[in-house]
Amino acid sequence: MSNTKPLLDVTGLTKHFPVKGGFPIRRTVGAVQAVDGLDFQVNEGEALGLVGESGCGKSTTGRLITRLLEPTGGKISYRGQDITHAGRKALAPIRSEIQMIFQDPYASLNPRQTVGKIIAGPMEINDINPAGGREKRVRELLEIVGLNPEHYNRFPHEFSGGQRQRIGVARALALEPKLIVADEPVSALDVSIQAQVVNLLQKVQQELGIAFVFIAHDLAVVRHFSQRVAVMYLGKIVEIADRDDLYDNPRHPYTRALLSAVPEATVDETPARERIRLQGDVPSPLNPPSGCRFRTRCWKATEKCATEAPPLVQVEGNKPGHLTACHYPETEGTIPAPRLSKDPQAAS
Amino acid sequence: MTSTDQQAFLSVRDLKVHFSTEDGVVKAVDGLSFDLEKGKTLGIVGESGSGKSVTNLTILGLHDRHRTAVDGEILLDGKELTTARESELEKLRGNKMAMIFQDALASLSPYHTIGKQIGETYRKHTGASRAEARKRAIEMLRRVGIPQPDMRVDDYPHQFSGGMRQRAMIAMALVCDPELLIADEPTTALDVTVQAQIMDLLKDLQQEFGTAIIFITHDLGVIADIADDVLVMYGGRCVERGTKEEVLRTPQHPYTVGLLSSMPSLDGPVDVPLSPIPGSPPSLLNPPSGCRFHPRCSFAEKVPGGRCSTERPLLKVEDGRGSACHLTLDQRQEFFADLAATRH
Repeated sequence: MSNTKPLLDVTGLTKHFPVKGGFPIRRTVGAVQAVDGLDFQVNEGEALGLVGESGCGKSTTGRLITRLLEPTGGKISYRGQDITHAGRKALAPIRSEIQMIFQDPYASLNPRQTVGKIIAGPMEINDINPAGGREKRVRELLEIVGLNPEHYNRFPHEFSGGQRQRIGVARALALEPKLIVADEPVSALDVSIQAQVVNLLQKVQQELGIAFVFIAHDLAVVRHFSQRVAVMYLGKIVEIADRDDLYDNPRHPYTRALLSAVPEATVDETPARERIRLQGDVPSPLNPPSGCRFRTRCWKATEKCATEAPPLVQVEGNKPGHLTACHYPETEGTIPAPRLSKDPQAAS
Repeated sequence: MTSTDQQAFLSVRDLKVHFSTEDGVVKAVDGLSFDLEKGKTLGIVGESGSGKSVTNLTILGLHDRHRTAVDGEILLDGKELTTARESELEKLRGNKMAMIFQDALASLSPYHTIGKQIGETYRKHTGASRAEARKRAIEMLRRVGIPQPDMRVDDYPHQFSGGMRQRAMIAMALVCDPELLIADEPTTALDVTVQAQIMDLLKDLQQEFGTAIIFITHDLGVIADIADDVLVMYGGRCVERGTKEEVLRTPQHPYTVGLLSSMPSLDGPVDVPLSPIPGSPPSLLNPPSGCRFHPRCSFAEKVPGGRCSTERPLLKVEDGRGSACHLTLDQRQEFFADLAATRH
């Protein structure tokens, strides 16, 4: 790990959405605790994967980092500057450095604008005129993302889903950002196209040195793309580690359950990964369980889990940088090393 | 898979489904054949435009009669469905054959309680009273794992979570103990842990009732979990079929190999780029000539005479195993072995 300051430093990040109700006078009756005290960092050029299921708060986190939403608590530092509650003017110079790619390639492009206008949009809004002109830059960007620069004047509906997602990537690159938040960039795409876009994002990351916060629920895609991975559950980070540490040695019961639930396209006589089936559904973020939020679905929860929220720390047996929030972390190494059907000797 | 002397429970023969549109004829399904036995699960793998959903809507007779030309045979327990009258199909739908859709929220009526919707199907096919239907609905909810079913039966769909709604759909589909269940991407929109629960549920129910299941998905991992046999569809045609072990361990079609190679896994090498299939799924309005996959196939040039773009490869099936490709089996063994190795 580098000793230089992180590009993005988030501490205690919190976002509660008020819920209004009551009659005849409406008042705030509760809050959706979407994100509740997150700590993490993203270094320059690094990809942090943020995984979790619906309602865990990962998309909200993405929007908080890009300041599309304002936190209700905690602190976000970008390059040492506190942007937690910065106003539009203060954010303006930073906006060009933090960009976003959205999930839905059909909803995130204005159908009434040509592709050229969409990609040039950020430049127009920020009053940026690159040397050689905006059109030239747009054509460059179209090439970088693998599209034909001659399609500058086409409309979104003339492109397929995967191509539209590439347009979204081109738009995110327009201002030469340092950090891109990609919110489920491939989930809405066909499987054969997902790999194309993942490769493109990797190329962009490696060649242009852009840092990523890669939000997804697909653990295999996240593993492929990220250097560090954080697992979220009901507004909290339950585990965060370097990629290999997380996938090889998950200590949090939820991480284990999540990994075990991923169906693998292999047929083996004995399964390589232990099967854990979680009961029930995720509790409501309006009323999350006390103490450890995962305890209602955890097979080893005790009274302590209901009264004491476990801190996110480096538990015994973990490598540095591998933090787990659990009172009874899973014993390391109990998951058998995934068997490779061709070479039983080689463990991962 | 099927013996010639005994007819399969569901038998589809050379099914063609063509839609007439303003822009021309869309050949959504172009000559599909398969069999399904009771108690078994057929996984149909395909992406957008493969024809998988159209196939299943046609089996249920839910296609638009005025604009759809259906050719071929669909035999359910000996009964021919393509020529059946709507009144006959109505008796079968929800009763002998049922469907689970992908988006439970869109498929459930927001204005009626879950109990009423489950009960409605039951009453229609059995003539049961309202009280009996309610009892049955509660029983079904319990069976699909909804907690406190006697209370939840009066909830509206929006009061259920995504996973619970999908279970409610399953309850609705199973209420009359159908012999054929068609599940169209039932878990695609769900979280992975909920997906695992739903798949376990379907497997348990199949074991208990011997239901024949057609499970449509684009996720090969799901196929590996739930299917007995696999049918890979591309551009309205079957390009490969066989048992799940055969198709996933030794795929015979470049498209199947492409799908397997392009998927990141939890165990494979990380710092190597994925191997995507170049290009995009084909237009069904103007599909590629010859083999519909050839524009995206990295092996098309290995076939002499450019046959891939002129001649449609026939699906050669032996003992239920087959694929539609001009490459010889020897060639495929050679080319695909490398790709299979890089996956592991």
